[in-house]
Amino acid sequence: MSTPLICIEHVSKSYRRGREEVPVLYDIHFDIAQGEYLALMGPSGSGKSTLLNLIAGLDQPNAGSIIIDQVDISQLGDAALADWRAANIGFIFQFYNLMPVLTALENVELPLQLTHLSRRERRERALAALALVNLSDRVKHYPAELSGGQLQRVAIARAIVSDPTVIVADEPTGDLDRKSGEEVLSLLDRLNRELGKTIVMVTHDQHAANAARAVRHLEKGELSGLVENRTWNTATNV
Amino acid sequence: MLTLILRIALRNPWRHKLRSSLTVAGIVVAILSFGLLSTVVTAWYAGADAASDKRLVVRNSISMTFSMPLAYAERVRAVEGVNDITWSNWFGGVYIDQRNFFPQFAVDAPSYFRLYPEFVIPPDQYLEFLRDRRGAVAGHKLAQRFGWKVGDVIPLKGTIFPGDYQLVLRAIYSGARSSTDENQFMLHWDFLNERIKQIYPGAENQAGIYIVGIRDGREAAAVSQRIDTLFHNSIAETLTETEKAFQLSFVAMTGTIVQAIQIVSWVIIVIIMAVMANTMAMASRERTAEYATLKALGFRPWVGAALVYAESLTLALVGAAIGIWATGPAAHAIGTQLDNIFPTFQVAAQTVRLQWLAAIVVACVAAAFPARRAMQVKIIEGLRSLA
Ligand SMILES: Nc1ncnc2c1ncn2[C@@H]1O[C@H](COP(=O)(O)OP(=O)(O)O)[C@@H](O)[C@H]1O
Ligand SMILES: [Mg+2]
Repeated sequence: MSTPLICIEHVSKSYRRGREEVPVLYDIHFDIAQGEYLALMGPSGSGKSTLLNLIAGLDQPNAGSIIIDQVDISQLGDAALADWRAANIGFIFQFYNLMPVLTALENVELPLQLTHLSRRERRERALAALALVNLSDRVKHYPAELSGGQLQRVAIARAIVSDPTVIVADEPTGDLDRKSGEEVLSLLDRLNRELGKTIVMVTHDQHAANAARAVRHLEKGELSGLVENRTWNTATNV
Repeated sequence: MLTLILRIALRNPWRHKLRSSLTVAGIVVAILSFGLLSTVVTAWYAGADAASDKRLVVRNSISMTFSMPLAYAERVRAVEGVNDITWSNWFGGVYIDQRNFFPQFAVDAPSYFRLYPEFVIPPDQYLEFLRDRRGAVAGHKLAQRFGWKVGDVIPLKGTIFPGDYQLVLRAIYSGARSSTDENQFMLHWDFLNERIKQIYPGAENQAGIYIVGIRDGREAAAVSQRIDTLFHNSIAETLTETEKAFQLSFVAMTGTIVQAIQIVSWVIIVIIMAVMANTMAMASRERTAEYATLKALGFRPWVGAALVYAESLTLALVGAAIGIWATGPAAHAIGTQLDNIFPTFQVAAQTVRLQWLAAIVVACVAAAFPARRAMQVKIIEGLRSLA
């Protein structure tokens, strides 16, 4: 549990807006342990998504490096990074980002298209993932036929189906009502507890953050220390 | 992966049924119009294409309206490489009304049909025709057009050769090939010649054109040269060319119209290309977040581009299939209307190939720019475009 899985080393990131250089993250430096369930909190615009995108290999830092499972992903080229993401990252987005023309099952199968699994194995795994999120009765449904909570559960199934090293979730409850949000949070909790998945979740919602094992606050591009969630051990079994 | 791309590309058009069906309808109309206009062009040249390369046409070098002495026939026959010869005169009579135009030739009967084996006449009818000085032969389509039957009297009013001609239809020919013109009408040259002797004494024994059968199509140029040299510096100098060139010289008179039709047919394709490009640009812009998501999940950039191309091709090929399927019946309908203008009005295999090709080119050109954008979309910006 103490081995750091993710090492974020003096990372800085700024965006170019026209001629202006807009700094977003300054000298971020911290580790995330294997099996951690970390919430990144902060007000809107504080750089949470930017940091998460760097960890997920969707973007590259201007300075510093990000080492995940001994791979310095800030050194990878576009193609290598794409392959690395496919193998190591499970994505959960605020707006689900499912393919509207694919059924729940086909959406969950999508990441497996990049593996060498046979058609049958792909199908079996996708069905298992959908069963895990309690959607076995919705496999043939298209996204337009599902509720927000169901959509996010499909997205979670898609995120875990390829058994990734890290699951990243950007405001996973941001678009959901309270009840659906709870369902999603309890699912993430189970993934962490029962399957030992390392999860990094971005949220600006205190309630969501409380579901995580630990919290870091991001304010104006700088990170606070780790705050262990005292209630975590008791607030279980949702 | 290919299955996945096809699955998405085939389902995407259903997301905007109206836009997709309008685009497909546009392609159908464009491909259909393109096919019909190309068929007009083909039909225009069909006469020339049906021409035998073993026939030469000799005419007066001054112009088509000047004739040549009949005595030329024997001299041409003696030319090296010539097998056979016949002659004909343009009759230009009016059948009841000016609008009933059809080509009429006074022909030297046995030799003419020897040289035109593609005009197929039942043997008994042919003998009847040979026996009757006032006899006439009509093409199958022509007879159908006016409801003529063998034995009918065909009254023609002479224009070049004044008079009322009561000809008797003795035979109906059909074309050996579909491209053979079945709208022609032939009467006996001897009969006309007698008439000319009466009304224009001294103008008889003239041939409008000579049709020359040659031994070998490859000798056409040499034989033509020999014939024209033979009559160099004589009262009627000749111009000899292949039957095809002769036919094309008619077509060339109206060649600019044909060219205009051809240009219009391509302009239609360019217009539909713009329509299609607009559809694909709108579609792929709406799907930016999807391309970004696929990239985030680890799919290579080309997958987004392939989706755009596949969808564009799907729309274009569906439209093309319907358009091509409709071209045949439409051409048939038009062909029956225009029977007396074009000997054949059939969609050529080449036209169908061009229709498919045009659809593919339209799809690819329309997809090119949106596909590039789908490929180059920056993941984090593309994901943001959803919100
Ligand atoms: N692609 C970009 N180009 C320019 N500025 C950006 C871009 N992405 C984010 N930013 C800016 O960086 C800051 C942090 O953004 P973000 O990480 O999305 O914040 P959060 O997720 O905490 O709300 C914001 O001020 C935002 O405007
Ligand atoms: Mg954010």
